[in-house]
Amino acid sequence: MAKQEIEYRAPATNWQTRGFWEGCGRGELVLQRCGDCGTVQHKPRGICASCLSSALEHFVACGRGRVYTYTVTHQNNMPGFRDACPYVLAYVDLEEGPRLMTQVAGCEPDAVEIGMAVKADFVDTGDGLGVPRFVPA
Amino acid sequence: MTLSGQIAIAGAYEHPTRFAPDKSESLIMAESARGALEEAGLRLADVDGLFAAGISMGPMGVVNLAEYLNIKPRYLDGTNIGGSSFVAHVSHAAAAIHAGLCEVALILYGSTAASSAMAIGTGLGGGGRDPEAAFVAPYGMTTVGSYALVARRHMHLYGTTPEQLAEIAVTMRQHASLNPEAKMQKRIDVADVLESRMISTPLHLLDCCIISDGGGAVIVTSLERARDLKQPPIVLRGCGEAVCHQEIGSPDLLTIAAKQSSEEAFAMSGLSHDDVDLCTIYDSFTITLLVTLENLGFCKPGEGGAFVEAGRIGLSGALPVNPDGGGLSSNHPGMRGIFLVIEAARQLRGGMGERQVDGAEVALVHGTGGTLGAIHSGATLLLSRD
Repeated sequence: MAKQEIEYRAPATNWQTRGFWEGCGRGELVLQRCGDCGTVQHKPRGICASCLSSALEHFVACGRGRVYTYTVTHQNNMPGFRDACPYVLAYVDLEEGPRLMTQVAGCEPDAVEIGMAVKADFVDTGDGLGVPRFVPA
Repeated sequence: MTLSGQIAIAGAYEHPTRFAPDKSESLIMAESARGALEEAGLRLADVDGLFAAGISMGPMGVVNLAEYLNIKPRYLDGTNIGGSSFVAHVSHAAAAIHAGLCEVALILYGSTAASSAMAIGTGLGGGGRDPEAAFVAPYGMTTVGSYALVARRHMHLYGTTPEQLAEIAVTMRQHASLNPEAKMQKRIDVADVLESRMISTPLHLLDCCIISDGGGAVIVTSLERARDLKQPPIVLRGCGEAVCHQEIGSPDLLTIAAKQSSEEAFAMSGLSHDDVDLCTIYDSFTITLLVTLENLGFCKPGEGGAFVEAGRIGLSGALPVNPDGGGLSSNHPGMRGIFLVIEAARQLRGGMGERQVDGAEVALVHGTGGTLGAIHSGATLLLSRD
């Protein structure tokens, strides 16, 4: 069977995380910054995980980063992924500091390298939400 | 007052099954309890502390297990920190016994991962409707994939090769060929590993643990009481636990929980690395064992690839690891930590036939739970002969 595209489903959200996924729906990578200690954090939380302040603000990150590590997935038996192998699972270090688990798309899996410059790209999952992937910058 | 030297393992029983479609988790646990109590010379009525974790045990699992066993212990611990749970249960039991909260602790595991066709390695890679899981779920991270992220990083930084990882699988299979109960006993070589199907680069099929049914039981009590029982007591000298996760920034993926938990265990024990005669280390994947050896301090970060070459972790090597064949070849019913404790205790008692590590006096046990490249726990024990 020919390789299929991954079937991205709309992410499950709650009030703490919805801002991130709504940002992805607009094509923006949204991170949290603490208004008290200045720490930038990901994943989003309802509290600053550095100083326990509630004074969090959201901001739009530049969307650029570098591949920290990756793996080309050749077998995943979950529906939605089973026929989409091979695909690249990766960690990307963002310019603002945090690291995201994500995928690298937009190039052959074998072309991905650690340290490669990448930029965010978004898949619309409907309902105003999206999922971020990264493509070569 | 220190725990070190006060508490002992008095029973260590591995259920011989590798495939048990006719059994339940609870039954495998109960049969394992029978085996451990018999070899220790104890009765079920002596058990006053119950410790267990399982893949399908719910939040009330240990309570339901007490009902199944028809016992009313005065101490319950259903701590589930992944596959390392049972290693942590030993230190939790030691603390409880030391504090006088129980005297005979029974630690149990049972699983039908194979006969229930649980796709542990590549069947959990995505999905889930939990908002917290949503930061992983869309990307298709399999269990194998999480460890593969660590392996790729290690190769990139240190030049570790697929051949070096394969060497670990080959050594574990050699050990399993001497274990009549091991699921996979046919010897393999490096080429077999490299030619096996790619699952998630750089990990091949034979870099991955097997899936089996199985279970086991461990009995922990005071050293004083253990000396009156049937088996030579195996003394707890040190223990430690730790957790590693992605924090909120960019941690070093190659510094794993084993570093912190083993430093605690060594400090408590007064022992040094040179004192350790063998290790039992959770080998969910070849990379797990390699990076754990580094974090335990048996070699420097980045030197793990060279360390495992030339049979160093084989039975006749300088540091034998997993004489039973480990999760890569003997058994892996989902959460393997209990077998690490059992094999270490059996080796220290002696008489394990062809796979006995000669003159084994001190063993280090390390379990990893969870997914190494995302979030995981670690638990370390140092054990010795009395």
